[in-house]
Amino acid sequence: MASVFEYAPAPESRSVVDIAPSYGLFIDGEFAEAADGKVFKTVSPSTEEVLSEVAQAGEADVERAVKAARKAFEKWSALPGSERAKYLFRIARIIQERSRELAVLETLDNGKPIKETRDADLPLVAAHFFYYAGWADKLDHAGYGANPRPLGVAGQVIPWNFPLLMLAWKIAPALATGNTVVLKPAETTPLSALFFADICRQAGLPKGVVNILPGYGDTGAALVAHPDVNKVAFTGSTAVGKEIARTVAGTRKKLTLELGGKGANIVFDDAPIDQAVEGIVTGIFFNQGQVCCAGSRLLVQESIHDELLDSLKRRLSTLRLGDPLDKNTDIGAINSAEQLARITALAEQGEAEGAERWSPACDLPGSGYWFAPTLFTNVTQAHTVARDEIFGPVLSVLTFRTPDEAVAKANNTQYGLSAGIWTEKGSRILAVASKLRAGVIWSNTFNKFDPTSPFGGYKESGFGREGGRHGLEAYLDV
Amino acid sequence: MSEKTEKTDLRLSVFKTYKLYVGGKFPRSESGRVYEVTDSKGKWLANAPLSSRKDARDAAVAARKAFGGWSGATAYNRGQILYRIAEMLEGRKEQFVREVADAEGLSKAKAAAVVDAAIDRWVWYAGWTDKIAQVVGGGNPVAGPFFNLSSPEPTGVVAVLAPQESSFLGLVSVIAPVIATGNTAVVVTSEKAPLPALSLGEVLATSDLPGGVVNVLSGRAAEIAAPLAAHQDVNAIDLAGADEALAKELEIAAADNLKRVLRPQAVDNWSEAPGTERMTAFLETKTVWHPTGSLGASGSSY
Repeated sequence: MASVFEYAPAPESRSVVDIAPSYGLFIDGEFAEAADGKVFKTVSPSTEEVLSEVAQAGEADVERAVKAARKAFEKWSALPGSERAKYLFRIARIIQERSRELAVLETLDNGKPIKETRDADLPLVAAHFFYYAGWADKLDHAGYGANPRPLGVAGQVIPWNFPLLMLAWKIAPALATGNTVVLKPAETTPLSALFFADICRQAGLPKGVVNILPGYGDTGAALVAHPDVNKVAFTGSTAVGKEIARTVAGTRKKLTLELGGKGANIVFDDAPIDQAVEGIVTGIFFNQGQVCCAGSRLLVQESIHDELLDSLKRRLSTLRLGDPLDKNTDIGAINSAEQLARITALAEQGEAEGAERWSPACDLPGSGYWFAPTLFTNVTQAHTVARDEIFGPVLSVLTFRTPDEAVAKANNTQYGLSAGIWTEKGSRILAVASKLRAGVIWSNTFNKFDPTSPFGGYKESGFGREGGRHGLEAYLDV
Repeated sequence: MSEKTEKTDLRLSVFKTYKLYVGGKFPRSESGRVYEVTDSKGKWLANAPLSSRKDARDAAVAARKAFGGWSGATAYNRGQILYRIAEMLEGRKEQFVREVADAEGLSKAKAAAVVDAAIDRWVWYAGWTDKIAQVVGGGNPVAGPFFNLSSPEPTGVVAVLAPQESSFLGLVSVIAPVIATGNTAVVVTSEKAPLPALSLGEVLATSDLPGGVVNVLSGRAAEIAAPLAAHQDVNAIDLAGADEALAKELEIAAADNLKRVLRPQAVDNWSEAPGTERMTAFLETKTVWHPTGSLGASGSSY
């Protein structure tokens, strides 16, 4: 890529992580093969190199894992909160100690740049365990009445975009409140969850409290439907979320869903342009845009459209796409061939429907799954690229004239997860924020996360909140 | 004197035509249908409207239309109006005591206690409107140069299947928390005892409650609830009055646009103090972030 910033390559060493040629399921504190002996391969999206072969859990394995979790629940839930807390603090500390190893692992298996795994994912993972560890012995004070009870066995299904962070979001509050866990990581990113199993071992966590079952959608479906699971937590697509909601209908299973989004990033004419451009880039190109709360719809006030687009294009021309292990890399690989195909198809549909496509000059590596950062202008609300979640580095640009129009367009979606507001005027931030139907609103910033802060969606972006005091409710009988 | 007595004896009472309450108006069912409502001993009381799916849709439209104004009203204003409902009910207590006694086969004294409890419930929720945000929201101690604040907001239009047995106290106990928090409601009354609910509509209409905030439909729960559970512009559903089979069917339909579902919960005694759960079930949490800048949020050395 021709750039004014020519850096020498600075690859991170992958010698800090030792990936075994094969991994089993983690059930009742032991690694084991799948009952039917099935395995699948996990590849590095940036090179298509096979990283490892992983056992694929079937229904019999789900049965075994749920049974182990049920058995462990009795003792784990009876443990004083202060003791459960110490296990979680241990886990948090071990994650901090091993964070470089886990960051490299996550980058290898997921394809995201090392600067994100190192500086965003891993610190947040440790922070989540540290935060919820502190709740374990303070549940009486959480506002859910005295002595709130855990639910039992939590069946948790997580996505591939933040494999370890989503694991932390699910497991930390579940364990803090006294539940036991059966977790299914995504089929394209099972490795960090299996490394987490080893962390549980190092922390001396009682057997059966955490069980990890790599597998595909059918494994997740079997887990969700299992009659002895008391709580279902899912992060992923809205379509699957609806299917899960139907599955648990008529049962007493408590359900939380974190689903898709089509976040509006609204830039008013008085916004600081340079900061807004940085926020737009963070909003849609962080993690290759594979973020449910991504700011994938840019709403620009008409009077600054041209100026902002010029700045944005200039900035995009400086993004570096390539080896995710190079710490100068901004844009890594798309997680899988399937996801790349979906992004490609939606982008082509955008062009076919008449939106104007633009990408900076950008060489894509010869192997692996890559998609150049892409802008669509001349987009209307009817365009597919303005309506469907693309889950890739594709930004649709729309315009507006008045704050009311911005709000109307921002809310014109079945989703309601995130939104951004860029303006120097405080009253406008508050007025617009109060009218936006979204669970997280970033003003003059974007894509910020913190374990103390509730995260979750309105409308078809799902229900329930993760993080903060609110995140406890999902795992308590309240 | 005797002539006067004779006249009184001859006077025929005026029956009441019970009507729906939708969008602040009192329409008959669009279907033109009614059904017979009897007291607990089987004596005819009135013909209640037998609502259709079109009535359900009209009510959802009315509730959506009212949502912006009601959710945007100040919490103080909403509290005033909920309290006003209690005031209006207090003045019409006799009517409700009679209707509840007929509907549930209660003695006059027991029915009076039920109505008192229902009035007190409005007062209780009137006091919650401007307090719930402080109880379930607040600032979060973010590890970074940001200020963020989590506040509860109403989910939107809530379909409420009122309890079947408790025709008035149960009804009030499921409506009040929904609207106290700024949602608007489409309420399906108890199927066999809809009259107190239909009369409540008349009270709501004279309590400064904007039209459409509460819409009351009588009829067959299954018939009216099905289109509401499947309605793409209804955001949540309270299944209090559904039996197990109907609840499951409606929950499946509700998954289609990911409605918030409050499953049926056994309530033996509606007069017991409710917790906050019926309010929080229909609240979203919105977290708004902003950078704090280099000065930091606190830590002054002065």
